[in-house]
Amino acid sequence: MAVTTAPPRPPAPRRRKKGTTGELPKKVGATAIMWLIVVVYGFPVLWFLLSSIKPAGELFSYPLTLFPKNPTFKGFTQAWTSFDVAQYFINTLIVAVSATLLTIIASAACGYALAKYNNWWIKAFTVCILATTMLPGEVLLAPLFLVVRDLNMYNSLSAVVVPAVITATGTFMFRQFFLTVPDDLLEAARIDGSSELSTFVRIMLPLSRPIMLTLAIFSFQWRWNDYIWPLVVLNDPSKYTIQIGVATIVGAENVNWSVLLGASVLSMIPLVLIYLVFQKYVMNADINAGLKD
Amino acid sequence: MVDSIHPTAPAPSTEVRRGPEPVRRRQQGWRRRRLNRYTGAPLALISINLLLFITFFVWPAATGLLYSFTSYTGVGDAPYVGWDNYQKLLQDDAFYSALIRTLIYTAGVVPLTIVLSLGTAVLLVTDYAKGKVVARIIFFLPWLISPIIVGVIWRWMFGENFGLINYVITKLGGSEVPWQSNANLSLMVVIFAAAWAGTAFNMLLFVAAIKNVPTSYYEAASLDGAGSWAKFRNITLPAIAPTTFIVVLLSILHSMKEYALFAAVNDGGPGTENNLLVQYIYTKGFERAQIGYASAASFVLMLILMIVAIVQLSMNRRKDS
Repeated sequence: MAVTTAPPRPPAPRRRKKGTTGELPKKVGATAIMWLIVVVYGFPVLWFLLSSIKPAGELFSYPLTLFPKNPTFKGFTQAWTSFDVAQYFINTLIVAVSATLLTIIASAACGYALAKYNNWWIKAFTVCILATTMLPGEVLLAPLFLVVRDLNMYNSLSAVVVPAVITATGTFMFRQFFLTVPDDLLEAARIDGSSELSTFVRIMLPLSRPIMLTLAIFSFQWRWNDYIWPLVVLNDPSKYTIQIGVATIVGAENVNWSVLLGASVLSMIPLVLIYLVFQKYVMNADINAGLKD
Repeated sequence: MVDSIHPTAPAPSTEVRRGPEPVRRRQQGWRRRRLNRYTGAPLALISINLLLFITFFVWPAATGLLYSFTSYTGVGDAPYVGWDNYQKLLQDDAFYSALIRTLIYTAGVVPLTIVLSLGTAVLLVTDYAKGKVVARIIFFLPWLISPIIVGVIWRWMFGENFGLINYVITKLGGSEVPWQSNANLSLMVVIFAAAWAGTAFNMLLFVAAIKNVPTSYYEAASLDGAGSWAKFRNITLPAIAPTTFIVVLLSILHSMKEYALFAAVNDGGPGTENNLLVQYIYTKGFERAQIGYASAASFVLMLILMIVAIVQLSMNRRKDS
C-alpha cells in the first residue's frame, strides 16, 4: 500500500513546481506586453495634456521636451476668453442632458414593449428599430436636414436633440434586459390588478436602473461628442456645440495651437468627470442584474 | 390538448360546484381586459420611438428617394430629372475616389481595431498580466474623447513641421516624413487614430464575451495538455464568435460613415484626396446646395451599407448551420 501510494505523491508537487516556473515567463511576458500597449495608448493623451500647459512659445521650440519648462494655463484662459467656450459648454450640456433623459425614457418604454408583448406589429417594429442602425443620420444627411427644416427646427438646439432620441442600441439594451426579467413578475402584477403602464413604471423601470445608468453615460458621450449633425443643423455661432467650436479652431487658416490645445482639453473634462463617477456602469458591460428565475 | 379539456370541463361543474366559477369568471374578464391592454399599452410604450421613427427615418428616406430624382437645391421647385443624378454620380471621378478611399480606410481600420481590441481584452482577462486596473482605465480613456479631439491629438503628434513623431525621426537621423502632404501617409495617420480611439468600446464587448466562456473548457483543455495559444484558438475564438461578428459588422458600418476624424486630422486632405463618402455628400449637399444630387449619393451609400450587412448576416447564418 505504502509503495503504491507513495509514487503518485511526489510528481504532484513537482508538476506544480514546473507549472509555477513555466508561468513566470508567461507572467512577465503578458505584463510586459500589456504595459507596452498601455504606454502606446496613454502616451498620445499624456503628450497632449502636457503640451496644453506649455506656453505658446515653447510648443514649437526645439528641442521638444516632454515636460513643460514653464507650465502655464494661458492656453486655457485664452481659449475661454477668445472663443465663446462658456456658451458652447452650456449649449452642449443642454443638448446632452435633455437628449439623455429623453433617450432613456423612450428606449426603456420601447425596449420593454419589444421584450414583453408579442403582437405582430411589435415584432415588425423590432425589425424597424434594427434597420435604423443601417440608416444612421449621416447617411440620410440631406433629406433629414430638409425634414428638420420643414418642422421649423433649423438652427435650434431641439434639432440636435429630437432626432437623436431614438437609438437602436439603447432600445436593444433595454429589450435584452427585460427579456431576462421573468414573465411571472408581470403576470403577478396583472393578477394584483396593476395596469400595464403602472407595472412598467413602478416595477420594471426601477429594476432596470443599471441599464438606465449605462445608457445614460453612453447617450451623454454620444451627444457630447457629436459633430456632423449639429454642424448641419446649427447655423448661429451662439448655438454651436463644443465640438463645432473646437472644429472651427482646427479649420482656421493658421491653427492657433495654444488655444486649440486648451479648448480641446477643456472640452474633454466633463466626460472624464462623469466617467470617473460612473465608471462601474460602463466597465461592467456584463450586465446581468435581472432577476434570476 | 388544452382545447379539448376546456369544452368538457364546464359541463359538469356548472351547477354542482360553485367554488371555481367566480375564479373562472374573473379569469375571463381578466383575459378580455388583457386583450385590450395588449394593444393599448404596448402602443403607448412604443409611441415615442414610433413617432420618431416615422418622422426621422421613414419621412427622410421617402423624401430623399424622391429628391434623388430631382435637381432640388433646397429652395423653390424640385424639377424631375429622372436617373440623371445617378448617372452623373457614376461618372464622377470624385465620387469613385471617395468610395475607394472609404473602402481602403475601412479595410485598414477594421482589422486593426479588431486585433487591438481583442488583444487588449485578452490581456485584461488573463491571470498572467499584472496591473490590470490601471491598464483598463488607460485603454478605455480614448472612448471618452470625441473624434474631433482624437483628430487634434494625432494631428498634434504627426504634424509635419512641428510634430513629435517627425522630431523623433529627425533626431534619429531620418528625414521629415510628409504625414500631411502625402495622401497615403495622411490616411495612415487617420487609420492609426481611428484604431486607437475605437479599441476601447470593442474591448469592453470582448472582455464580457471572454468572461462568459465557461472555465471548465479551459480546465479540460489544460488536462489534455493544451497550450495557451491552442486554448485561445480552439476555445476562446469559437466561443466569442457571435460577439466578434457584431463587432466586425458595427465597425464596418461605423468606419464607412467616418467624417469628423478626417475633418480634424487633415480636413479630408491633402486637397480633397482623403474625402470619404460622407464628406462628399456633405460638400455636395450643404456647401453646393445640390440636395437632389446629395440624396442620390446618400442612397448609393445606403445601398452599400445594406449589402455589407446582408452579406455579413448571410455569412454568419451559413457558419451557424
